[in-house]
Amino acid sequence: MAKKITLADIASILEKYDVVELEDVKIKGDVEIELGTSAGVAIPPSLIHALQSAIGVQELPEEAKRIGDLVESKFEVAKAEWIGQIEEVTIGATSADGGTRDKPVTIGGEKSLPFYNFDCQMPYPPVISVDCFDMPIPLAKAVRGYYADVMEDPGEWAKKNVREFGADMVTIHLISTDPTIKDTSAREAAKTVEEVLQAVKVPIVIGGSGNPDKDPAVLEAAAEVAEGERCLIASANLNMDYERIAKATMDHGHVILSWTQLDINAQKTLNRYLFKLGVPREDIVIDPTTAALGYGLDYAFTNIERMRIAALKGDADLAFPISCGITNAWGAREAWMKDSPIREDSDWGPSAYRGPLYEIVTGLTLGIAGGDMFMMMHPKAADAVKRVTQMLFGADVEGDKAKKVEMKDWVTWDVGGLTK
Amino acid sequence: MKLSSPMEIWEYLPGTNCEECGEKTCLAFASLLKERQKKLEECKPLFEPEYAEKSKKLAELLAPEVREVEIGVGARASKIGGEDIMYRHELTFFNRTALAYDVWDTMEEEELRERVRKITNWRKFYVGESLRLDAIAIRSVSGDAKAFAGCVKHVAEETDLPLVLCSFDAKVMEEGLNEVSDRNPLIYAADETNWKEILEIVTRYNVPVTLFSPDLDMLNSLASTFSSAGVEDIVLDPGTYPTGEGLADTFSRFVRLRRAGIVDENKSVAYPLMSVPMTAWMVHGDEDALDASYWETILATIGTVKYADMMILHSIEPHSLIPERTLIANIYTDPRRPVSVDPGLREVGTPTEQSPLFLTSNFALTYYTVESDLSSNKVDSYLVVVDTDGLGVEAAVAGGQLTAETIKDALESYEVENKVKHKTIVLPGLAARLSGETEDATGWNVLVGPRDSGRIPGWMDDNWPPKTVS
Ligand code: SF4
Repeated sequence: MAKKITLADIASILEKYDVVELEDVKIKGDVEIELGTSAGVAIPPSLIHALQSAIGVQELPEEAKRIGDLVESKFEVAKAEWIGQIEEVTIGATSADGGTRDKPVTIGGEKSLPFYNFDCQMPYPPVISVDCFDMPIPLAKAVRGYYADVMEDPGEWAKKNVREFGADMVTIHLISTDPTIKDTSAREAAKTVEEVLQAVKVPIVIGGSGNPDKDPAVLEAAAEVAEGERCLIASANLNMDYERIAKATMDHGHVILSWTQLDINAQKTLNRYLFKLGVPREDIVIDPTTAALGYGLDYAFTNIERMRIAALKGDADLAFPISCGITNAWGAREAWMKDSPIREDSDWGPSAYRGPLYEIVTGLTLGIAGGDMFMMMHPKAADAVKRVTQMLFGADVEGDKAKKVEMKDWVTWDVGGLTK
Repeated sequence: MKLSSPMEIWEYLPGTNCEECGEKTCLAFASLLKERQKKLEECKPLFEPEYAEKSKKLAELLAPEVREVEIGVGARASKIGGEDIMYRHELTFFNRTALAYDVWDTMEEEELRERVRKITNWRKFYVGESLRLDAIAIRSVSGDAKAFAGCVKHVAEETDLPLVLCSFDAKVMEEGLNEVSDRNPLIYAADETNWKEILEIVTRYNVPVTLFSPDLDMLNSLASTFSSAGVEDIVLDPGTYPTGEGLADTFSRFVRLRRAGIVDENKSVAYPLMSVPMTAWMVHGDEDALDASYWETILATIGTVKYADMMILHSIEPHSLIPERTLIANIYTDPRRPVSVDPGLREVGTPTEQSPLFLTSNFALTYYTVESDLSSNKVDSYLVVVDTDGLGVEAAVAGGQLTAETIKDALESYEVENKVKHKTIVLPGLAARLSGETEDATGWNVLVGPRDSGRIPGWMDDNWPPKTVS
């Protein structure tokens, strides 16, 4: 057997002789060349390749020469079997059920991860609820234009969301009730809710201002005037009188949103409190908190994915549809800021193009983690998330390009006039 | 990896507790190996001849389920694959998805070089690091081997990024490869029709290769064939269909391939996966470039979240690059490590000695949020960043990392007294219950701010300047 020589040996030989270039070198005979790194000796890949080209064309290994036909094989993969199922929750009630909504929305019911239809078909596609507010609010430039004409009128705002932006649902945020904003009374807030219910026939989400001291009273009054409509009341949380909100939800036939902040144990705790108060399982949706792309999306993603997996593994405390406040994506400065505040950054381009994508990427990412419902703001973003989740769900999407393409044609695609 | 507990790993280690690896015991080292936080090579004694068999066996057992493939050479070479898990909370994903942006051989040379420079030099600041792009995919559009080779040559002159050579024509491929055979480029691609020629080329040049087929039986066959011919640096492209039902099928192929590789331990498909979001342009491109770029980012989002180890894309507009690259940073952040910033005293805007003084934790996300809430609202102020071991305010109050004492230490060691005249500090709303103790411990006047730093501007209207100080 001939002596075994490794590339490391060759490298050290070359170094010793100060050889920079090899010319007319042929290595013949029983030479074994070991590529890669042997323990302790790191050969820069560039040197390997330099040597290799220097050595010249390698002989093909015997195996490669032998192969004249493809190795026959079948691809097989096991299905994932879960024992848990997500609760099915319907939001909105028709006249038959004591409400005035046209088309209630049902979410949840999953027995597999989102869009894993090869394991088990997802029963309902995710839904989009488009936000409106009870007072004019500062909005990113990219969004403002869509809502400027309706900002003073929540009813008109809600209508626009449905008519022009195809919202499945509308969320009315009663932010003016916050004592640090306008301190609007609960009674007045309830009037706004009535207005919105009259303006649109889709199911609605009623959101407080997020003020833990004021929200119980505001949401209670809102639940009362919306009696029987099966609204989603947003939201109960551990730092407030959630009992009062839960009670109002039950008394007036609504669904409760159980909101915690990126904490799986807190979510279990709050849900258990709600069970104890007697809230039926089919009246609970959870909001484990959405963080924007680049600003904690990793935490939100993993938190939601873990909850969904725990639920499918049988943790009944977490087996609820998940709502995501995707509008939070606008908190990312990249979504709205004109230029980068960081001098070393490459150009950020127009913010108008970035903003909707921040919303889309945040929404879609959380949809793949387990989100069933997305509260969104930018019409184009809402439309894109709706379309892509519908496609992944397996629905026929209206206006989907009929054009058929070959998957490998991109290699020779002639950019033509589009190049920029 | 094939080992499920540190004990199993420990059995292969020398067991001398010599500490050369920096750990007190072999068992401690073993648990770090299990979590992939240490490399086997760090146990030097294991590579003595007497342990030759054990080290070899252990290296095999520790190998990640999905093969790791390196593309390119030098400082910007890219490792892809090497994954062990299906969900990031199970451990962490290791090698982030590599982003390759395209150029093509019908571009004018100047335009080509300019585009290559843009891709090579692009950067975006993110949580203390600079995000960059990873590779350049060179497409043979002309079908002409000489034109392709010329294009490859120009690109190689202009960048040190890894290259992906894209053509299904073996002759074109070889001409191009010839120009950069010392750059370890990724070959794209071998398929059902050209595999023999491509197999011959990649064996001869010893370069990584992509195998393409949306038919997973065929893809499995191709991979088995290449692997039995001794080729192991393989990337699998199961095809990316950009819309409708085809998109749902694409999603399914990626998930099932990765599941087969990791859960079912089907070695013949346990390779890095390639997704091509660029196919969005085939459907949307001739109508609306903005729409096409949006759909490209949508496909990239799906790829990043579900198992693409490398992606080829077209739009290099900032609105595409920023979210695409940021999402990868998010998904591939190690969830085991709390991200923190250096504690200290920060200035926001141009504060004076009358400006408010806020306080927050050194949890990076909290810090950056507060900082950007203040700066975007033009609140000139000082910000004390307390060392809370990288925990957020609420958790740090509960866990005792944020206390009256740690606040006092921070005020003293950052000499805050020299900066403001009012001797008033604003605590985060989530730390409200520390206010009394903090007043006692520091002698400072304490105000409780809002629970969300986004509300600071509104809070300022009512609370600043403080009434107790005239
Ligand atoms: S270097 Fe190896 S033998 Fe020494 S303590 Fe570490 S693991 Fe044990």
